[in-house]
Amino acid sequence: MSTTSHLAAITVPVDEIPDLLLPAFVDTVLMVSIVMVIVLVVGVPLGALVHNLAPGGLFPNRALHTPLSWIISIGRSLPFLVLMTAIIPFTRLVTGTNIGIAAAVVPMSIAGIAFFTRIVENSLRSVPASTIDVARASGGSNAQIIWKAQVPEALPSIVGGLTINTIAMIEYSTIAGTIGAGGLGYVAVTYGYQRFDQGVMIATIIVLVITVALIQLAGDALVRSLNPVTNKRVNH
Amino acid sequence: MIEVVELTKVFGAGTSKPTTVLDEIDFTVDSGEIFAVVGPSGAGKSTLARCLNLLERPTSGKVVVNGEDLTALGTSGLRDARRRIGTVFQSSSLLARRTAAENVALPLEYLGATKASTRARVADLLDLVGLADKANLYPHQLSGGQRQRVGIARALALKPSVLLSDEATSGLDPAATDTFLNLLTEVRDELGLAVVFITHEMDTIVRVADTVGRLDHGRIVEHGRLDDLVLDPDSVLGRALRPRGPAARAGADQAAIDVVYNSTSVPADWLTRLGGRLGIPISVLGANVQTVDGIAFGDLTVSVPADHVSAFVDAAAELGLSARTTQTPGAATDPADDHDATTNDILTTKEEVAV
Repeated sequence: MSTTSHLAAITVPVDEIPDLLLPAFVDTVLMVSIVMVIVLVVGVPLGALVHNLAPGGLFPNRALHTPLSWIISIGRSLPFLVLMTAIIPFTRLVTGTNIGIAAAVVPMSIAGIAFFTRIVENSLRSVPASTIDVARASGGSNAQIIWKAQVPEALPSIVGGLTINTIAMIEYSTIAGTIGAGGLGYVAVTYGYQRFDQGVMIATIIVLVITVALIQLAGDALVRSLNPVTNKRVNH
Repeated sequence: MIEVVELTKVFGAGTSKPTTVLDEIDFTVDSGEIFAVVGPSGAGKSTLARCLNLLERPTSGKVVVNGEDLTALGTSGLRDARRRIGTVFQSSSLLARRTAAENVALPLEYLGATKASTRARVADLLDLVGLADKANLYPHQLSGGQRQRVGIARALALKPSVLLSDEATSGLDPAATDTFLNLLTEVRDELGLAVVFITHEMDTIVRVADTVGRLDHGRIVEHGRLDDLVLDPDSVLGRALRPRGPAARAGADQAAIDVVYNSTSVPADWLTRLGGRLGIPISVLGANVQTVDGIAFGDLTVSVPADHVSAFVDAAAELGLSARTTQTPGAATDPADDHDATTNDILTTKEEVAV
């Protein structure tokens, strides 16, 4: 009886779960949003740069492409937990702290940029080589060819990759949560794992599943609307 | 006009295995002239196209447009140089996420033209190619022929004086090819363009070209006016330009003779005249008569009694025909090889050139 009451005392009542999850959810959204803005701003130009430094690109240069590609590969190959821990000195240098949202944004951005750069590179690779010829023969500069031919043609594919990347960042945010970044990951670990609070655990899972599903649906809808072949609103 | 002077392209220059893809190409195309370049795949046609519109830097030689040497321009001048030459690429080279109008607007956007002037110019161009009502359609909503007409409009956007058509009719059905060639001739006449028409399709050449060059292993091995080549019994290109089925076999004691003529100097009833004059039966074993620029060109294989061959050849020469006994005896007995083999020489791959 005493054991039961003790357990009951540390289990969050069902009607208090929303009060616990909502701020955590807002933290997660905030973290992922900040990271995705950074990832987009850095990842698209970087992906375009890597793609066009490669053989067959606009300005092929092996001496620059090889090291750049290696750096991205290293960023991609480290498990996020390892990356996050390894760069703590750098994180502290940039943000002045190694806990909280600010500290989580640094390793998440690095992992996200490495991920997204490859996605952008892969998307640009699917643009037919003839597109570059056409743009060049039309008198386009390298910058014009990238921003007004390559990237727009690859946009549905890039947005599809952006969806995948955003979902991956939600996953990373929960890992960051374990080092005190807050958010749903923190709640899941402290309440669900350390205190065996199954109610909080299940609620967290439901929130995460719904969030990911909504992001996927929104991403898919956006990709469809960007692709003239599948866009129903294109006039026939 | 465009002048190409000793244009040479070597891939892998400075390495142990340089490959000469273009070897001192020379030709001139005047304003209002269509110059067709034909050759088997691997002959260097696509490299020639890429050197002409400066997508590829020639190793040496010049591309001169209206007196200005484009190859002498530095990297910064290269963009301007490319704008002097409009290129129609192989089909489906439109940007998939741009409408027809937006595709035509691309070169104007790159140039930095104002929205209003771009809109007006694009409308004019779509009107010129007959697609004014398709301006807002995307490439996947257009037929192959319509896409190529958008390609012509885009190539003309910056008012170039030279139009380069790089295998533009490949993959088009016969009706779409017709429309494309008519349009090409129309814009040539209307805008006084010098047109370089690169193709592997011999039948398109007869319809549009004024002059023809045959490219083989990176060299122009034959070059001349279309009507001269069609008539030239010695020209490989001429033979390919006069396609016809296999001739029948000559009978016993008969000799097969090839006859080539055009209607400017030879009367239309030459066959009757020769028969009457020589008093011998003349059989037609195979024939192709076609009209180029209003002049009928004839290419026949006839047979006459074997002992009247020289009399026939002399009499034919007097009437202005070029006649000679069918050169390979095999051609008369096994006629299937003759013209087909010649055509295949031009159109099939002899040797792939790695690019």
